[in-house]
Amino acid sequence: MAEIELHNLVKTYPGGTTRATDDVSLHVADGEFMVLLGPSGCGKTTLLRMVAGLELPDDGQVVIGGKDVTYLEPRKRNLSMVFQSYAVFPHRKVGENIGFGLRMRGVDPDEVKRKVAWAADLLQLTPYLDRYPAKLSGGQRQRVAVARAIVMDAEVLLMDEPLSNLDALLRLSFRAELKKLVAELGTTTLYVTHDQVEALSLGDRVAVMRQGRIAQCDAPTTVYDLPAEEFVGGFIGSPPMNFLTGTVVAGGDGGFQLDLGAHSVPVPDALSGFSGRQLRLGVRPESFGVAARNGDPGGLPAELEVFEPLGSSVLLTVALAGHQLKVQAPPTFRAEAGESLRLSLPADQCRWYDPETHLLLETS
Amino acid sequence: MTTVLEKPVRKQPQRLGISPWWLLAPSTVLLVLLFGWPLVQGILAAFQAEGGAFTLANWERLFGDPYFVEALLNTLLLIVIVVPIQLVLAVGMTLLIQSKPKFGGLHFYVWAIPLAVSDLAAGLVWLTVFADRGYLNSLLIGLGLSENGIAWLNYDNPTTMLLAVVVAEIWRATSMVFVIVVAGVQMMPPDYDEAAQVFGASAWQRLWHVTLPLLKPSLQVALILRTILALQAFAVAQALTGRNFPLLVGETYQWYVNLQNPAVASAVALVILALSLGTAVLYMRALRQPSAGGPR
Repeated sequence: MAEIELHNLVKTYPGGTTRATDDVSLHVADGEFMVLLGPSGCGKTTLLRMVAGLELPDDGQVVIGGKDVTYLEPRKRNLSMVFQSYAVFPHRKVGENIGFGLRMRGVDPDEVKRKVAWAADLLQLTPYLDRYPAKLSGGQRQRVAVARAIVMDAEVLLMDEPLSNLDALLRLSFRAELKKLVAELGTTTLYVTHDQVEALSLGDRVAVMRQGRIAQCDAPTTVYDLPAEEFVGGFIGSPPMNFLTGTVVAGGDGGFQLDLGAHSVPVPDALSGFSGRQLRLGVRPESFGVAARNGDPGGLPAELEVFEPLGSSVLLTVALAGHQLKVQAPPTFRAEAGESLRLSLPADQCRWYDPETHLLLETS
Repeated sequence: MTTVLEKPVRKQPQRLGISPWWLLAPSTVLLVLLFGWPLVQGILAAFQAEGGAFTLANWERLFGDPYFVEALLNTLLLIVIVVPIQLVLAVGMTLLIQSKPKFGGLHFYVWAIPLAVSDLAAGLVWLTVFADRGYLNSLLIGLGLSENGIAWLNYDNPTTMLLAVVVAEIWRATSMVFVIVVAGVQMMPPDYDEAAQVFGASAWQRLWHVTLPLLKPSLQVALILRTILALQAFAVAQALTGRNFPLLVGETYQWYVNLQNPAVASAVALVILALSLGTAVLYMRALRQPSAGGPR
């Protein structure tokens, strides 16, 4: 077991004009499950490959378990990895694939056999040990790749989008299985994905990346509830966070209001400094309270444009003072397109962003 | 009713049954004329006396000829020495190219140049090196390593003759193996090698346990092609040594052109054909993947 420390990692690929990772620092605690999440091209895989030693940084430092491994060969870093393509050797039987790493390290054959049997049992691969990978399904090959990684007893486990090649149902079931497995092993894990649901469900912490930088690194609930940047709010959540731009004006009761055009929303006192300037308001679709026209006289009047029943909830597309918003309502909610609705906005569900820096503003 | 229903079902395969033959006809005619007919002619000639009667006299004459046994042994010796060296060299060169050195693209083309050089031209180039007053002897004399140079290609020096032919053949034909192996390596996804790196394999272990096994299909193709082409080696040895270092194809040429005996020439050609077929089958059997269905 070991912690991973990344210090100011900079990497530009030959021929590239932008930095794949731009001065990234990250600390993964011993035994922690850290997820790197971001859109494609954000540098998350580059970061993982630098930890693995498959890429070398132009600048910065990789420290695993207190030892500087920045320029060390992959095989000397005491880590194991699950590849996106699985990279299960086609010319080796399943059992040989799982035991590959141990045999390369010269572990005693009986010990290799014992460990392979243990891993195969854990991942339900025992009946397939004597088969070639070509005779396995995608899900089984995926299990072989995971089994090959966990028999190593490595200090660090790296996973590069391990679930992205599985079909949706298999992905769902294996996700939970993987979480249980890694929690039992207690290995420090760095996991790369572009799937936000996967990231939120698996990670002890999630590092959201954008254009080679870490935009936010926090617990999944924090990343979702309090996105540190507009980008994070817009990337995580399906549908993503709604953003409204308005001007801060003085209200009648001494407080301040965000003027959205036809309507206004109260602004916390802490942001009174923005008086007369623009401010961005971010609200999650499920944070709105929705009522039919006559239900809540205090709410903001909005017009329903599209009504989409999704089974577990109802997705509404509404127009509020010229802004289009996505609103998630309980599954029992019923309305027709074109109807007027009333939206309520609990003050504790409002997130405020600086329109220039796009960063979250403190309100308390 | 039934006839109406049957008609379209029967019509379809019939239409497909004729048109492919028309499409195949030109190449079939060409093959029959340029390969099939000469092949039949060759086989017949080998077993025919002058009047056209069946005879084994041609074969008796061939097997009685001391040059034939020498040519057969020389050809096999050349294959046994040249092919393994070429294979090892080609894999080595491929690994060098794969490590992405500076000007790697240039190296690739330089190493592929011999592919474009004709056998005879290559033989003549090496003749200028190995001749009594060739570049090699000039160099040796210039360096003071030899007084009058070495008669590399002299009839009395079978070892240096073999050496000269081996060197020339390696220079001329390694590039073909190299190109095949490079193509095979480039088709391999990099993930396998990276996985091996992460799982603790050293460079040698990666080569032995991952790269070479995955290269097996390419190596098989290269081996078969190279061995069959080595069986046909002729021009290089002819240019360097004439008939002092006889090879099988050289004997065919000798019987046909100089001795004016097409029947015995055909017999030699049939021996080469049998050897080629035999090698191909042997390689296919020996290099078949362990699981009958194939692991890929």
